[in-house]
Amino acid sequence: MSYEPVIGLEVHVQMSTDSKIFCTCSNKFGSEPNTNVCPVCLGMPGVLPVLNEKVVEYTVKAGLALNCQIRKKSVFARKNYFYPDLPKAYQISQYELPICEHGYIDIELEDGTQKRIGITRIHIEEDAGKLNHEAGCSLVDLNRTGTPLMEIVSEPDLRSAEEAKAYLMKLKTILEYIEVSDCNMEEGSMRCDANVSIRPDSNAPFGTRAEIKNVNSFRNVERAIKYEQKRQEKVLNEGGKIVQETRLFNADTGITASMRGKEDAHDYRYFPDPDLVPIVLEDKFIDDLKEWMPELPDAKRARFMSEYGLSGMDADFLVSAKAYGQYFEQAVKAHNNPKAVCNWIMGELMRRLNDKQCTIFEAGISPENLAEIVKLIDEGKISGNIAKQVFDETAETGKNPSEIVAEKGLVQNSNEDELEAIVKQVLDANPAETERFKGGEVKLQGFFMGQIMKASKGKANPAVVAPLLKKLTS
Amino acid sequence: MRKKVIISFLIKTIEVCKVSQTVSKKDVLHIATLARLKFDDEQAERFTNDLNNILGYIDKLNELNTDNIEPTSHALDIYTVTRPDKAEASLSNEDAIRNAPQSENGMFRVPKVIE
Ligand SMILES: [Zn+2]
Repeated sequence: MSYEPVIGLEVHVQMSTDSKIFCTCSNKFGSEPNTNVCPVCLGMPGVLPVLNEKVVEYTVKAGLALNCQIRKKSVFARKNYFYPDLPKAYQISQYELPICEHGYIDIELEDGTQKRIGITRIHIEEDAGKLNHEAGCSLVDLNRTGTPLMEIVSEPDLRSAEEAKAYLMKLKTILEYIEVSDCNMEEGSMRCDANVSIRPDSNAPFGTRAEIKNVNSFRNVERAIKYEQKRQEKVLNEGGKIVQETRLFNADTGITASMRGKEDAHDYRYFPDPDLVPIVLEDKFIDDLKEWMPELPDAKRARFMSEYGLSGMDADFLVSAKAYGQYFEQAVKAHNNPKAVCNWIMGELMRRLNDKQCTIFEAGISPENLAEIVKLIDEGKISGNIAKQVFDETAETGKNPSEIVAEKGLVQNSNEDELEAIVKQVLDANPAETERFKGGEVKLQGFFMGQIMKASKGKANPAVVAPLLKKLTS
Repeated sequence: MRKKVIISFLIKTIEVCKVSQTVSKKDVLHIATLARLKFDDEQAERFTNDLNNILGYIDKLNELNTDNIEPTSHALDIYTVTRPDKAEASLSNEDAIRNAPQSENGMFRVPKVIE
């Protein structure tokens, strides 16, 4: 029997503020254990949390970018549970009155169509500390305690592991555009829990769901959901029942395992936090943030296609990171050949980013320099092959491409007389091949073009050479 | 909803009682377990009795008509207290773990938590 999976995602996003949510400790990642802590985030008795204003701003920005309704009045609640990573024994969160509700994201499916995924709510909460498990004990580092989080809860609208991944990637892109988080899954600044259930067909009521925790990369989200889907199918096909439970994904083995003994885990006894007064947002505050909102990926994609005549695939690539689009537009401003500029970014520049593991603006080649290389090709001054050499030189030395071309004498040779002499010279040096080529062995064209390029030190203009070769061998 | 006006830490107790309208000894022991508290039989009886009395009082408040009154989460009439996003010095690691019964490598050492 086949089943349809029903998936909802709960995504925790660490906000990239300077200080923590309720105290002035630094919010930076990677410090020595327990050095960014104070009485407030250590959960000492008698301290009072004071809300970081940026946390409200960032969450409302996210709410607006994700098409949510912003609640004018929202309240903090205490979520009570015991665990060594939570020194107060309660997490400050939001329960009945979250700050953002009823939003959505449009994702692109593999067949090119769009699907709207609902967002139930976004609420603000504080992160817990980090446990390091050692033999015989656990060691607690509370640096992360009090890191501002927004939890973004989707509707159970996702119907495959691929859709879940597409949703997550789109979410990450949008949050990066509005600069509220690094969204680095590997470093844990974006974490994902997946609620997965299955049902016999798309009209059947939802099945009992399992909550999969600890999924820490885009690939693992896909793996964890696929595994869980198979596991539930097997249980049902063998006549069993799915139990509502929390399961932990193990990235090494690729399987999910029940976290037994957590029956009480959802008995959180939420109640309004008396230490924190409600947040009441003025219309002006929300309107100003709407005004501030940058062009988001969907709008940018549509504009890149209409304004620059790019294909959907090219536009998808350029909007997948905010910096790519910025780089692209800066280059096109310097030389108006959008398609070629896009190809160079997707090809040579991305190769370099991968090699150097750097960002697009750190690759050593400015958008203006890239534009100049494209311009040199468009004007027939250098060949595509030479252009790659110029690209590497520019990136290594930071020199201007025209300068490199002049200095190294790389200007393409389009002089028919000179090129004809080179072609003759190559034909004379390879009499056997010449005979076969004349006899109709067409595939030798590549051999001759290669020899001619070599003889001209890569400077021969292929557009001029090809007809010459034809003329001299017919 | 409006019951939440009163004493916030009793919320769970109240919610348990929405069904039964009274607190049973079992409820008290369950809440005690969640709160990591241990009561002997006599204490559990006493708390059951006390909580039922408190709920009786809350039921009395329920006689008030609060149809047009928004639920109150806080007694103070102030909103949106925030501070600027500015990081300042934290405690030293020595001070941070000074109260720890056990520590190791600058961290709090606790009994192994099985994941
Ligand atoms: Zn702190």
